[in-house]
Amino acid sequence: MAIECLVLGAGQEVGKSCVVVSIGGKRIMFDCGMHMGYLDHRRYPDFSRISETGDFNSALTCIIITHFHLDHVGALPYFTEVCGYQGPIFMTYPTKALAPLMLEDYRKVMVERRGEEEQFSYDHIVDCMKKVTTLDLKQTVQVDKDLQIRAYYAGHVLGAVMIYAKVGDTAMVYTGDYNMTPDRHLGAAQIDRLQLDLLITESTYATTIRDSKYAREREFLKAVHKCISGGGKVLIPTFALGRAQELCILLDDYWERMNLKIPIYFSAGLTIQANMYYKMFIGWTSQKIKDTYAIRNTFDFKHVCPFDRSLINASGPCVLFATPGMISGGFSLEVFKQWAPSEKNLVTLPGYCVAGTIGHKLMSGKPTRIDLDKDTQIDVRCQIHQLSFSPHTDAKGIMDLVEFLSPKHVILVHGEKPKMATLKGRIQSELGIQCYDPANNETVLISTTQNVKINATKMFMRSCSHVDLHSVTKSAPCLSDFSFGDSGASNLVRNEKVAEGILVMEKNKTAKILCEDEFLQTLHVKEHNVQFQYSRPLEVCREQVSCQSSSGLLPSNGSSPERW
Amino acid sequence: MKLTCLSQGGGYHFPPCHMLELCGFRLLLECPLDLSALAVFAPIPATAPGLIKAQPWYKTVAALHLWEPSLIGAVLVSTPAGMLGLPFLTRSPKFSGKIYATEATARIGRLMMEELVAMHAEFVQFYGPDERPGLPEWMKWEELEKLPPALREVVMGEGGEELGSWMPLYSAADIKECMQKLQSVKYAEEVCYNGTIILKAFSSGLEIGSCNWTINGPRRNITYLSSSIFESSHAMDFDYHPLQGNDLILFSDLSSLSSMTRKGNEFNGNNNHNEPMDEDAPLCDVSAIRTDYDNEDEIGRCLGGTDENLEEIDKISFICSCILDSLQMGGSALIPVGRLGVVLLLLEQLSQLLESSHLKVPIFMISTVAEEMLAFTNAVPEWLCKQRQQKLFAGEALFGHVELMEEKKLLLFPLLNSSNLLMMWQEPCIVFSPHWSLRLGPVVHLLHRWHADPRCVIIVEEGVDAEMALMPFKTVAIKVLQCSFLSGIRMQKVKPLLEMLQPKLVLFPEDLRMQCPLRDDNSCSFLYYSKNVMLRVPGLKSDIEVCLATDLAFQLKPRKLTERNMAIARLKGQLLLNNGKYLLVASKELPDLSNKQLLHWGSADSVRLLMALQERGIIGSIHWDKNTTGGVFSIQITKPEEAMIETSATKTVIYCRDKTMAALIYEAFSSVCDGI
Repeated sequence: MAIECLVLGAGQEVGKSCVVVSIGGKRIMFDCGMHMGYLDHRRYPDFSRISETGDFNSALTCIIITHFHLDHVGALPYFTEVCGYQGPIFMTYPTKALAPLMLEDYRKVMVERRGEEEQFSYDHIVDCMKKVTTLDLKQTVQVDKDLQIRAYYAGHVLGAVMIYAKVGDTAMVYTGDYNMTPDRHLGAAQIDRLQLDLLITESTYATTIRDSKYAREREFLKAVHKCISGGGKVLIPTFALGRAQELCILLDDYWERMNLKIPIYFSAGLTIQANMYYKMFIGWTSQKIKDTYAIRNTFDFKHVCPFDRSLINASGPCVLFATPGMISGGFSLEVFKQWAPSEKNLVTLPGYCVAGTIGHKLMSGKPTRIDLDKDTQIDVRCQIHQLSFSPHTDAKGIMDLVEFLSPKHVILVHGEKPKMATLKGRIQSELGIQCYDPANNETVLISTTQNVKINATKMFMRSCSHVDLHSVTKSAPCLSDFSFGDSGASNLVRNEKVAEGILVMEKNKTAKILCEDEFLQTLHVKEHNVQFQYSRPLEVCREQVSCQSSSGLLPSNGSSPERW
Repeated sequence: MKLTCLSQGGGYHFPPCHMLELCGFRLLLECPLDLSALAVFAPIPATAPGLIKAQPWYKTVAALHLWEPSLIGAVLVSTPAGMLGLPFLTRSPKFSGKIYATEATARIGRLMMEELVAMHAEFVQFYGPDERPGLPEWMKWEELEKLPPALREVVMGEGGEELGSWMPLYSAADIKECMQKLQSVKYAEEVCYNGTIILKAFSSGLEIGSCNWTINGPRRNITYLSSSIFESSHAMDFDYHPLQGNDLILFSDLSSLSSMTRKGNEFNGNNNHNEPMDEDAPLCDVSAIRTDYDNEDEIGRCLGGTDENLEEIDKISFICSCILDSLQMGGSALIPVGRLGVVLLLLEQLSQLLESSHLKVPIFMISTVAEEMLAFTNAVPEWLCKQRQQKLFAGEALFGHVELMEEKKLLLFPLLNSSNLLMMWQEPCIVFSPHWSLRLGPVVHLLHRWHADPRCVIIVEEGVDAEMALMPFKTVAIKVLQCSFLSGIRMQKVKPLLEMLQPKLVLFPEDLRMQCPLRDDNSCSFLYYSKNVMLRVPGLKSDIEVCLATDLAFQLKPRKLTERNMAIARLKGQLLLNNGKYLLVASKELPDLSNKQLLHWGSADSVRLLMALQERGIIGSIHWDKNTTGGVFSIQITKPEEAMIETSATKTVIYCRDKTMAALIYEAFSSVCDGI
């Protein structure tokens, strides 16, 4: 059997993640994202490559979405409602709950603010979500008779998972985005030691090794504290989901410790609703939060309250979370216009801003004046602090995961081309694993081996499990390093004894392994015994009885002498 | 495979318990406590004549004590009630098995155990710690003789064999240790026990986190079917699709059995006592009070969940309306119901009813674990029914109690004497508080307060002998509403369910055989089990599936047996067991490359043997043995060395001094005789 892997998106780039994998006649689409950087046809994966006729229902077995970020789910309503895919779609409970919020938010921005033609409507999002089957962590789902999928915790955002898929003996993992270190509200990615033919992993930070997160958190808190103690206002433009909660936990905790009374505001209703989701999905957050929520739910922020528009120009210090994250418009822009001219104020920026946004302008260089449009200009005198938290794993995390899983092949996606090439080299040289970094619309073919299924008789099984102390001690050091290696020791029972039997292969029947005695019985024949007498034949003729005692062994290498 | 039923249990709070022996491992299915037996102890303050005035002990499954704990490989827990006896097992230093339960079951079960310990503490305070070693006073024969017959039977069982099942309660530390040994699983997560048995839990619909298990060994696929409910208003529905196609079903839903026998007892034993219930019979329908809802008129209704669920909702509304009646008369309502789902639904419906009737009555929930339990139920969307999950996706709270708590309509207190509670207390009110046995917890004190007030109402669950439970609270003027809730598969649905699941073999309780006539047909047969009788289950497959690793398959040197139209090959390898599947892989030892044959059959043809020898440069002559018949001959070899082959139908002896020569003769022989 072979695995065919068609990369429709996130090949040597970040954005519109979409990989179509064919294993043993099954075809799975992992993620169905959009590219935020394009506004033309390039924003969606080239679905025509899946099926030229557009009959996606027969071309795909299922779609699996790893998490709710738009570059992983953004094209889904378009694909189901406009392109007409009707088959099964899988995502986790939090993803199913939060993805429509993200999609609707995006749709509004595109249609209402930028005045673009609508790619999909609100109803499309609702209808699309109705088709989704929910997954729980580690739930093993039998999609059909042959295809089995399972989700593992990925830690990247709430509900993010890595997906294990198996057809017959062929198995693979698609990581989606993941984080190997726990953060304030999510745990680290967790996966079993699986036997894999293929691992498809993200490689956003293919060459970066990050330092401790605590230093960066301290820096952030210091900047915020300095600003508010000087009577300034802090604007934190963020995504409504994920980063906002993490920073909120951080600030709420700090306020508690430092006994600060300055208000922390949340701008949009969206974020309040998101917090409510976080409360219900406590089971998907980090262990620490899970252990304590009965007494106090971490997402019941003590110091956080909703923001009212009239407070924009109120006097006195405050901290405000506002969407969208890159100050590309909306409320965060509105507030930015008011607060930017004062040098007392502080604006924090996320780690990554798309070109063209104000966030991007602020990051590149230190502008004192920003031209919003022909007539509007903003004086920027406020402080700028750049956040460098990222919920992606770094290069060490990727290498650790690849080494841990030790798949037979690795495909890198979701990264920048030169960095991916470096990582690919490292995986091949340091771990000795075949690695690929295909570009968009390229196909990678991987051949896999398959075990043969045979039947064994009870007697044969019994002869295998026969406990032979001698053979156990003798062969203990030569543990096989066959594909099991040191994998999941608890799930593997190894018999040190070498089993021996006879395999019978008949036409149109499953091959069957039997013991020698059984074999003779099934053939209805008697064993023909061969003996050796190492003596002079003439003497033997006369005194046959006495010569029996000197019967010997077959004089070859004598490896299996017990028969005589 | 062997099955021993250790206990048939008794309804929702006391699930059945079995020992399953499979693949050489012993699996204990459930480890419950019979908390209804608490009825023999007097509550505090003890005023009841006849009841045992002592610190309660707890009744475990008697037959379980006959099994060596060190030989129990694993414990499977399906419901929170099925784990209440676990700390007794885990605190034994001999026990080293694994325990599996779903995450939600483990959580709820732990809270229930902690609550039990907290409530028991009141007895410890009252009687002082149990310091004397050995058996307590009440267990002495002379004391037992004094007990009324009904109580004595609860204590000793029919033949006295259950006296050994009583244990002093575990401690909080025991619970902690137990929980550390427990491995919680997600919905439909595959876990592998000892590399051999794959376990998977699927929702049974009975309660949040309750499950049925599939137990897949290398030779059998088993469904362990516990009490299941097709459609629920709170928990995820009975998910039976994944159970389809398993070879064997262990049918362990004995819920209809327990409701049946209790009904019989009621008719037999209660006539000479004053009936304390139904003081206000005209108020509500007599047949609805103390009525078993699972009765015969249900027969004939087709399989399908909605009707059952609607009926359950009707029961809840009925209870609510009874409570409302009491409240309107100025009485309070006491709800010591132990079923989480019922409590959650009652909370929702009661609050709506209060709202619509403009009644401002506080709802108190008094339990040490109430806060954590309610918080937990709002954070397990994965284990809730479809309608609740829809709420999640619509961005609403999963249960109504979230809002009630925010609006301060529902007030939670850990203890009855919490200072805040005294400040907030007002009557009439609605109180949810444990324990359903009416022997432990805040309910005892509230019952002491309200038992003589005919305006008040207490809700008692089916499965509780209401008469015995209320005995210490004379005189009983309080209204008693006893209601049964659906706690398993109805008998008439068993057959259609089994037809759908298509097993080859069903292990069915003997005691339900009469109620549920199931006949063997060509595809499915039945074996009946009874308590404490080991049932041997014959194997279904004669052969075992094994995977042959590719590298080993390439080492094979098959040989054709043309006349039999088959190929055979000698196979040597190491057998591995991985995730319940056997795999043969090449062993590290160098593969034997010689053409040596080890097994021969049939006989060698004299002429062909002679030819074969000649090809190898060995010259000899055939000598037939005249004394015997049938292929007995010898070949006298003269060149290059003297040797002799003596052969008959089943045996050949090679006489030769030189080992190399002997090997050559053997090779020649092998080439003309069938062998492998």
